[in-house]
Amino acid sequence: MPPKKISIRIDGELVGASDGMTILEAARAAGKQIPTLCYMAGLSAVGGCRVCMVEVSGVGRLLPACTTPVQDGMSVTTNSPQLTRYRRIAVELLLVERNHVCAVCVSNGHCELQSLAKSLGVTNVRYTYNYPRLPVDLSHPRFVLDHNRCILCTRCARVCSEVEGAHVWEMTNRGIKARMTTEMNQTWGSSQSCTSCAKCVQACPTGALSEKGYAVEEMVKRYDHISALATSKGAQV
Amino acid sequence: MNRLKLATVWLDGCSGCHMSLLDMDMVIVDVAPRVDLVYGPLVDAQEFPEGVDVTLVEGAVSSQDDLRKLQKIRGRTRLLVALGDCAVTSNVPAMRNSLVAQKLLQAVYVEHAQENRGVPVDGVPALLPQARPVHEFVKVDAHVPGCPPAPKAIVTLLQDLLAGRKPEANPKIKFG
Repeated sequence: MPPKKISIRIDGELVGASDGMTILEAARAAGKQIPTLCYMAGLSAVGGCRVCMVEVSGVGRLLPACTTPVQDGMSVTTNSPQLTRYRRIAVELLLVERNHVCAVCVSNGHCELQSLAKSLGVTNVRYTYNYPRLPVDLSHPRFVLDHNRCILCTRCARVCSEVEGAHVWEMTNRGIKARMTTEMNQTWGSSQSCTSCAKCVQACPTGALSEKGYAVEEMVKRYDHISALATSKGAQV
Repeated sequence: MNRLKLATVWLDGCSGCHMSLLDMDMVIVDVAPRVDLVYGPLVDAQEFPEGVDVTLVEGAVSSQDDLRKLQKIRGRTRLLVALGDCAVTSNVPAMRNSLVAQKLLQAVYVEHAQENRGVPVDGVPALLPQARPVHEFVKVDAHVPGCPPAPKAIVTLLQDLLAGRKPEANPKIKFG
């Protein structure tokens, strides 16, 4: 039986959706733009980055569009001064947490965090920079893991377990100490389960994961390939 | 017409922002007669003057000298602009921030020095424990990030200032 057709309002406009869709999926199907960062089409949604927060009438708090299912008669606002303010806060907190030195980053000019900051008009950060001392794992023959640029979106972990089926990536520790780690917190190069498929690298929105041999601004990723692959894989399962 | 009293200063940066300022092509012919460049690396003034309308600050605050300069500038400037990523975020100078400053000096000037070993002390200001962005020390009236900021972003800023407008958030500017 096909999913039940329902209708919701997005920014005042009546939009058709199917039962089981998220607000984000319904909005994108209707051509509405909601900014995202940890979301990647085809992978499971985690609602971690808080950038896709939307207002839903009758709900007293903001909800992440990527994990909130649509309900018949729902009325969603995707853009407001309040939402822009909260999205800026989310991006600014990501920028102060680690060392995002855009000028010397392999992903400069091709980074989702950088372009999101630009589109939200973030020209400076009001919070105190953390400047943590973080390692770079160069042990893999082809890839680099730079914790300085990681925003803990977990797209690497999701694409690895859900599409490649290798499950190399995990998050270790909690809060400010959380790190993306490979093979139960061993070096990436020593991993037995890594297939070197590079899906994690291609799914990474920043310069945290890159291929060796690329200099500043050279690491251009192919998110559309990963999403296409993830979507068809999902359909098969 | 009163000319805009403009100053520029170069703290812990690479001078790339100043090069970007000079890279505005023909616009400089329009801008130059309307400003009085009263202080900075591009002119010969020794003392930062009083009553400056706008100061463009390039670079992070890394040494005691940077901090003294910045505080004097803020006291004598109406509008202070943080120009470029080093002034706005501390950028590359901040890459030393997770290291102890004294240990860093030891490593660079003693352990890895080929000749003249020794941390320089004469005629160079003491480093602050960390390189920090300008807005953490003084009030900043406008931020223009970029490494360097595009000449067009600087032109937009100067044109806003010359027209007496508050600098608008420029949608085209980005970090890096």
